[in-house]
Amino acid sequence: MAEEAEKLVNVICTFCGSVCDDVQFDVEKYKGKKFCKLGGSKFSKKERIKSPMIDGKEVSYEDAIEKAAEILVNAKRPLLYGWASTVNEAIRLGVILAERVGGIYDQCASVCHAPGTLALIEEGVPGGSLGQIKNRADMVVFWGSNPMEAHPRHPVRYSVRAKGLLIKSRKDRKVVVIDVRKTKSANMADLFIRIKPGYDYPIISALRALIKGEEDAVPDEVGGVSKAQLKELAEMMKSAKYGAILYGLGVTQSRGRDRNIENAIKLIQLLNRHTRWIIWPMRGHYNVVGAGEVPAWETGFTYAIDFSRGYPRFSPGEFSANEVLQRGDCDAALVIASDPAAHFPRASVAHLKKIPVIQIDPFPNMTTLVSDVVIPSAIAGIEAEGTAYRMDGIPFRVKKVIDTDYWSDEEILKLILEKVNEKLSAEEVV
Amino acid sequence: MMLHIKNGVVIDPKNNVNAEKMDVFVKDGKIVDESDVKREDCKVIDASNKLVVAGGVDMHAHIAGSKINTGREMRPEEMRVVRNIAGKFRAAIGRVLLTSPAIGYEYSKMGYTTAFEAAQPPVGALHTHEELDAIPLVDKGALPVFGNWHLVFKYVAEKDIEKLKTFIAWALERTKGFGVKVVNPGGVEAWMYGGNCKSLDDSVPGFDVTPREIITSLIQATEELKLNHSVHLHCNNLGTPGNYQTTLETMKLAGKFSNDKRQVLHVTHVQFNSYAGSSWRDVGSGAAEIAKYVNSVDNITIDMGQPIFGHATAMTGDAPFQFTLHKLTGARWSNKDSEIEGGAGIVPLIYLPKNPIHALQWAIGLELGLLIDSDKVVLSTDYPNGGPFTEYPYIMAMLMSKKMREKELERVSPYVQKATNLAAIDNEKTLFELIHMTRSLPSRVLGLDNKGHLGIGADADIAIYDLNPENVDTSNDFETVYKTFKKAVYTIKGGEIVVKDGELVKDLWGTTYWVDATGKVSMEAIDADLDEYFANYYSLERSNYGVEEAWLRNATKLIMG
Repeated sequence: MAEEAEKLVNVICTFCGSVCDDVQFDVEKYKGKKFCKLGGSKFSKKERIKSPMIDGKEVSYEDAIEKAAEILVNAKRPLLYGWASTVNEAIRLGVILAERVGGIYDQCASVCHAPGTLALIEEGVPGGSLGQIKNRADMVVFWGSNPMEAHPRHPVRYSVRAKGLLIKSRKDRKVVVIDVRKTKSANMADLFIRIKPGYDYPIISALRALIKGEEDAVPDEVGGVSKAQLKELAEMMKSAKYGAILYGLGVTQSRGRDRNIENAIKLIQLLNRHTRWIIWPMRGHYNVVGAGEVPAWETGFTYAIDFSRGYPRFSPGEFSANEVLQRGDCDAALVIASDPAAHFPRASVAHLKKIPVIQIDPFPNMTTLVSDVVIPSAIAGIEAEGTAYRMDGIPFRVKKVIDTDYWSDEEILKLILEKVNEKLSAEEVV
Repeated sequence: MMLHIKNGVVIDPKNNVNAEKMDVFVKDGKIVDESDVKREDCKVIDASNKLVVAGGVDMHAHIAGSKINTGREMRPEEMRVVRNIAGKFRAAIGRVLLTSPAIGYEYSKMGYTTAFEAAQPPVGALHTHEELDAIPLVDKGALPVFGNWHLVFKYVAEKDIEKLKTFIAWALERTKGFGVKVVNPGGVEAWMYGGNCKSLDDSVPGFDVTPREIITSLIQATEELKLNHSVHLHCNNLGTPGNYQTTLETMKLAGKFSNDKRQVLHVTHVQFNSYAGSSWRDVGSGAAEIAKYVNSVDNITIDMGQPIFGHATAMTGDAPFQFTLHKLTGARWSNKDSEIEGGAGIVPLIYLPKNPIHALQWAIGLELGLLIDSDKVVLSTDYPNGGPFTEYPYIMAMLMSKKMREKELERVSPYVQKATNLAAIDNEKTLFELIHMTRSLPSRVLGLDNKGHLGIGADADIAIYDLNPENVDTSNDFETVYKTFKKAVYTIKGGEIVVKDGELVKDLWGTTYWVDATGKVSMEAIDADLDEYFANYYSLERSNYGVEEAWLRNATKLIMG
């Protein structure tokens, strides 16, 4: 009987940055409960990489790791890229490995939310946890973000329909969606504002002027939005008790990039002189925050970190993966929990094809096809445990609920690091 | 490994040893009696003409967790000082904000062997511990913050000390925390509405409680639980002219409590809370009044929060203050409103000697250090709020030398002559007193019996400096004193030599202390409340909240009761 076979355990979802921790998993049927579509697809049977491979031939973990260590030690400047979909314990070993071999550490943020990091460097980030939004936010603005499709349970758990201390029903909260097209998320908004692509920056500037009381500085229309509507929005923002701007790639990857975020942060600084507002990015992968936080404490920086001089240097646009690949500035690559072969520009992938590539991933993808050494790993959150940071930085220990013969990312990297240390100290002795 | 530290000149204030020539023996990580070792099996360290003391203990620094990490992320300009190239040891960088490996290395090179993170956001406890676990060479602990936690407000409002005690025990266990930190009680909750609690009797919005009640109840609960460490308080009204009166009033709340072993209230980075005057135009020093009060009672200790001229980064759980600082300086500002527990802010800062306010702050810190009884004031910079911990030797030298202070006064804003009494203070602390203020006193304040001294059974955390107390004139040889304490000749951590001649020789991991008081309370008492608060107000499940001991690299549980 179906019910008899059911064995539900509590798990924490390891798909998107919402890191929903109220979900369940049937370990017998291999099926999730309460998940959204995105999380549910990760927590269901998928094609796996069957075995470690060297040049397409199946080998043991030990042999694959030995070969990986050899590639890394022989390379002058290997690129270690990915990290956003694995746990902090693995990331930490990866950072130390990059330092040890004098390579480059970069992670998915460099093609995603890194402009927010640059804005943080310019202005800081006035933020708050998702629980604060749930408890207090009587106004939420999704700017260039589309939670209904990218973070499906975010609205109900944290930001739109979530109830808490001061927000007792959906009516207590105004939801605004600002985007260049009418997204699915626009349907749940009280107010949808369609803007012209690339006009985020001037619109934010207009809002700043209006809130400052410099109405004359604002023309009749900015970026496709009428002055009247901008005034309405500015007034709503100013009269909110606790507001939140939750921005997405629509802002970070359109014209202006980090300057858009910087301007938005200045808007938040200004609003806090009248009321309370926070701003926060809608981070994508479940542990992309950890992929930045771990290197920050280990090396001082979050991404685009070069160790070729024996100490960490940060230079986005120089040490970020695409630029390194397109310059041909790395002679080997380790790709973990990511698929650059599918998502990077052709020029980057062309170099990836020329150099030895090591892949560590539970699932086969385009990068598998360009990899010389393929090391399959256990799925964090199902087959391996470890720490992950939700998009707001709150840490969770994701769970292991199923036994597996696959090694975890942490175990694999630990052994690679050991092998690398052995080889390097042997060299040092010589 | 067994060690025989031979012929050193020992200062060990806890055991009343003042510059006596004696040998120290180490076995299995502890200080032992000579009879417990075989001399011929010992590695001998010749400490002739050298000062032998316990390893330094930093009881208040922000070294791990989301605040310092946000500081790092926000300030890459801090990361251009290279302290160590990767090789036998990890790469280590940072100017004032340091990477985790650099934090352990720099403490150790200076002869410090223990450092506590002074503000752990409870929901972020796991992050704090991950960073503590990445700091090599020192023993550690973290103080979770309680003063704006809604469940604390609830039990304080209900005047239910039993439940408050239970909640504290629950929270310390879940966060693997060491003691009760309180930051601007009530004020951070008010900040969620754009306000603050500037006086002890301001009502906390949405809750029928005041800072006065929160502080008093937390002291009572902490004392009834007999925790190692007392309430550790960052006062209301920080960074405001005239705030010394709030500080005095707050200190008086401890009046009705006492404890045979230690203070019942530790007031932290008091420099930031010792301002007289009514505005930044007429701001002055309230240090004398604070000192007078602290010296007159037996149940309060403080640490200085000494500013060091140069770069710093303000980072505290006092979110409304951080916003004020951002408005005041126009500098970058990060803010972190955190679930139903409080918040934090981070703002870059620089202390300039010619700036009258900065010079005033610098002078007030020193006044506190000089005027307060050495048994009640711990050295701190409130790293990185007042500046780097690597400048502790500067503070030590300054407190011991009037001549050095006179020299330094020449380069600072003349405003300090008008607004403080620093120039008129003749007091020069002794080396014995400074060793106490950096070792035995912070250990006593924290309630760590095995730290900060060299008695039999103590942890073998030892620092040896190239200084003979019998020959040094601390009043005049301030430059020697400063240089000497910057670099230990030997740092011994848990019986292992980790630093020699100011250079790292061995990497190892210390332990993380946490306090388990769950045995003293009945958890069922708050079970339903916890379920309710997690279901309604947290954004995560109760079952996923907290840190298991097994997740830490090397934890030491101290069991209460």
